[in-house]
Amino acid sequence: MGDDQLSRVFAALADPTRRDMVSRLAVADATVGELAQPYDVSVQAVSRHIKVLADAGLVSQTRDAQRRPCHLEAEVFDLMTKWIERYRLQAQERYERLDAVLAELRGDERPDDTTHHQGAAS
Amino acid sequence: MTSTSNRYQVSIEADPTLPIIHVTRDFDATPAQLLRAHTDPELYARWVGPDDTEAEILDWDPTTGGRWRWVGRRDGQEWGFHGCFHDVREDRIVQTFTYDGQPDDVALETLVFEDLGDGRTRLRAQSLVESFESRDQWLASGMETGVEQGYAKLDDLIGELT
Repeated sequence: MGDDQLSRVFAALADPTRRDMVSRLAVADATVGELAQPYDVSVQAVSRHIKVLADAGLVSQTRDAQRRPCHLEAEVFDLMTKWIERYRLQAQERYERLDAVLAELRGDERPDDTTHHQGAAS
Repeated sequence: MTSTSNRYQVSIEADPTLPIIHVTRDFDATPAQLLRAHTDPELYARWVGPDDTEAEILDWDPTTGGRWRWVGRRDGQEWGFHGCFHDVREDRIVQTFTYDGQPDDVALETLVFEDLGDGRTRLRAQSLVESFESRDQWLASGMETGVEQGYAKLDDLIGELT
């Protein structure tokens, strides 16, 4: 997945209605008409949302007789999850180095603990 | 797949409505110790990373209105970063952040040290970046580490985004 597609994926998911559609498609395939039912919007509006999701590679429409159900392309999510997970791991590595620095600071400051009486004046 | 490490884990959240990355992590440290690790240049250079990268602090004035600049070096390559300390207080640092390779992009970073008691502190870091495209490039930059791990499941991701 290139940068452009990742941007399209994030942009497609920036809309709450489209995120909700994705959540429902994660459970089962559905037609545009079925997807439109819970929303106070036209089938045409839902079709436009589906087109944005399809352009991002998140959803495909298969030909199943007259139904043409929308199908969630889970692999795209898997790729996106990997990108975020790798970023997270980089941050995790950074903070484990910070843990080591902080462990030293705690060691440095331990002698001080015997001289700084918090609250008690005795 | 969960990590076998019992250390505190980083949580990353990409805000779906704003070009913001939220990072949260707990530490066995007081807010004062975390502040020191973020403002003492020698300490900061030791952990800012990434691994195998040597960080050199070139400019460092961690006070409200001060400025900072450092370079990371690895295998003869150099990456520079700079910005200003907008606000430095006991429980927070607000700063700007620019990667020299993309001088037009400025991120606004807010780091808050939340005292959890018992010598623990929660770091909440929020980065507001230039655009969704910049944000996604930041997230994608994690790919360079090439770390192989088990990945969160689709349901978890949808849960986070919903």
